[in-house]
Amino acid sequence: MHEQSDKSYRELANEALGDERLHSAIRMIQDRIGKGTRHLWKTEISQELRDKAKKARMRTLDNLDKVLTTLTEKIRANGGHVYFAKTAEDARNYCLKVAQKNEVKRVVKGKSMTSAEIGVDHLLEAHDIEVVETDLGEFIIQLAHDAPSHIIAPCIHMDKQQIGRLFEKELGIPYSEDPPTLTKAARKALREKLLSADMGISGCNLACAETGHISLVSNEGNIRMSTTMPKVHVALMGMERVIATLAEHDMLLRLLTRGAAAQKISTYVSFLGGPRQPGEPDGPEEFHLVIIDNGRMKMLADPRFREVLSCIRCGSCLNICPVYGRIGGHAYNAPYPGPIGAVVMPLFNGVNKHADLCRGESLCGACKDICPVNNDLPRMLSELRHMLAYGDEQWDVAPVDKGEALAFKGWYAAMSSRTAYNLLVKTGRLAQAPFVSDGMLKKGIGPLGKWTADRDFPPIARQTFGERWKTVHAPRLKGDSNE
Amino acid sequence: MTKHTATLFIQCLVDSLKPEIGDAMVHVLDTLGVSMVYPENQTCCGQPAFNSGYRREATKAARRFIDIFENHNAIVCPSGSCVHMVRHHYLDLFRDEPAMLARARKVAANTYEFTEYLVDVLGVTDPGSQLNSRFDGSVTYHDSCHLSRGLGIRSQPRLLLENIPGLSLIEMDESDRCCGFGGTFSVKYPEISTAMVDDKIQTILATGADAVAGCDVSCLMNIEGRLSRIDSPVRALHIAEILANTGK
Repeated sequence: MHEQSDKSYRELANEALGDERLHSAIRMIQDRIGKGTRHLWKTEISQELRDKAKKARMRTLDNLDKVLTTLTEKIRANGGHVYFAKTAEDARNYCLKVAQKNEVKRVVKGKSMTSAEIGVDHLLEAHDIEVVETDLGEFIIQLAHDAPSHIIAPCIHMDKQQIGRLFEKELGIPYSEDPPTLTKAARKALREKLLSADMGISGCNLACAETGHISLVSNEGNIRMSTTMPKVHVALMGMERVIATLAEHDMLLRLLTRGAAAQKISTYVSFLGGPRQPGEPDGPEEFHLVIIDNGRMKMLADPRFREVLSCIRCGSCLNICPVYGRIGGHAYNAPYPGPIGAVVMPLFNGVNKHADLCRGESLCGACKDICPVNNDLPRMLSELRHMLAYGDEQWDVAPVDKGEALAFKGWYAAMSSRTAYNLLVKTGRLAQAPFVSDGMLKKGIGPLGKWTADRDFPPIARQTFGERWKTVHAPRLKGDSNE
Repeated sequence: MTKHTATLFIQCLVDSLKPEIGDAMVHVLDTLGVSMVYPENQTCCGQPAFNSGYRREATKAARRFIDIFENHNAIVCPSGSCVHMVRHHYLDLFRDEPAMLARARKVAANTYEFTEYLVDVLGVTDPGSQLNSRFDGSVTYHDSCHLSRGLGIRSQPRLLLENIPGLSLIEMDESDRCCGFGGTFSVKYPEISTAMVDDKIQTILATGADAVAGCDVSCLMNIEGRLSRIDSPVRALHIAEILANTGK
């Protein structure tokens, strides 16, 4: 479920900046998990393994049609159905069709980003099918009519007091802020739903072509119940989520849980991929795998962005990003937040629409450093900014800021010769004079206006280094040449 | 000892805002007996335009930079992010122009960040005896993003700082967390940038150090700007200033 906000990135970010509780909650995740993952990369997981994993991912992407065909054949041989959805609409309509055919009244969901991406909940609900999130965090978010703010910790932005009040109101229990009490209340509410649901919807962390199974990792075990208790199980997967071989699957699963939560393995790992077989005590009667394109083919076809499909959605980039650390997930206003969201959301939904996500990162490279499969997100952000600067036909992008484009033309005019540069410096020196106090610019002019709202800026020096070279250094440094 | 010649690549921000860092660098190199060349028509490597997506303008600046510097060996710059621009992004800008790419590769291979040049090329290990450096006080070190992650330069500045008599180096928590400058990012999203620099300032102040040192004037300018605004006595110093004893 993802509730969109009408506010801009800047507005949402600024709201989050004032939220000290949010800041400290995210800091806690970043301090514990982000640092933990970094530690694992330095100790037990080598860079070689991560390079190898990346190569395996890229090799699979290069042969995606064949690998998906193998996956499909295996799933079908096991009695499962496979549907290729070109668009989000195709995917959600298929889910609805399966639900209606089976006269489904209640759907329970395992945690799935993809379901938020395609917006399946709203469609089902519009057809009087109750949809219940079973991941504890997602369940809380759903009760609160809120949106997730982290890939693996969806309600990190809420505290136990807020959750206590929410449960009091929505679940009718006496107010409590005791986590075990709250967890038990959620468990009771969820068990009732799980036991009476007709259909389970899950995502797919990894799919393995060689064996024809999908894997789901969780720490609460609710995914197990959502996918085995109802009579129908529909798994949603982005088409890139497939892994060719079981050996590669093993390698990527290890990276996934370490990247996500610095865990060697999650509490539960479910291997699924077909209906209940004769003699089996549990499992669904029908299994459907929906393999979703929704713009991924276009990313695959563009050498600038193909790499992003190697992402295994562990969320480690969120656990390190200093921008995410300050603004939280809601500011991204998208199913995928953080650095990975800043790259994929523009590609999914329009670069112009998400221009702020492309531009609102400091390109510090921490996300690239921590990514288990070395995704070069800063490079891709830079490509997206390039599109926004001049427009891009292939991705239907219009130039975003005429003023800025003009400013950079002017900038180059000033940098194109030392004479022009010197003129700019001299002009700046004269212009800054009224604004300098205590050796600093306290209130900026032009583009520095906002910068200097909270920071001082050093004024232009009386002499540039170039001038000092001529007047001081070159004459003193005898024998040195001067060009 | 072989006579070294360094070509000075003075970042535009150093040139116009902090020329004293250039002076300090000249002093250090001169003390080490390095002769220097300064191409006077240099301006900017193109990084601001590149990071904002304006690759046409960045490419023009890069072409100009290559024209000016291609016949120079040991191009030395007191800024990690500019070296990163030349060493990595120039190759990206000219990826479809084989002739320019070859020239860019040559320039990239000859470009060094200041501390990298001191330690890896000149073999400076003891600034106390080799440069008469001295600093009375404690210093914490900020790992600039492009310097540390982009170029892998982490040990060289620390080795220099650790061996300055009188200086005690106190590591801050998450020394490589971005300070929030990010070039035009800090102009476009100043509120987010300020929040990030506040996180950085918090870790700096927690060390109790007298100064924060770095190898990138842009980060230092951001950190110094915030320190100055909150009236903190902690100074932000470029490592060249500490080595040259001008950062007292």
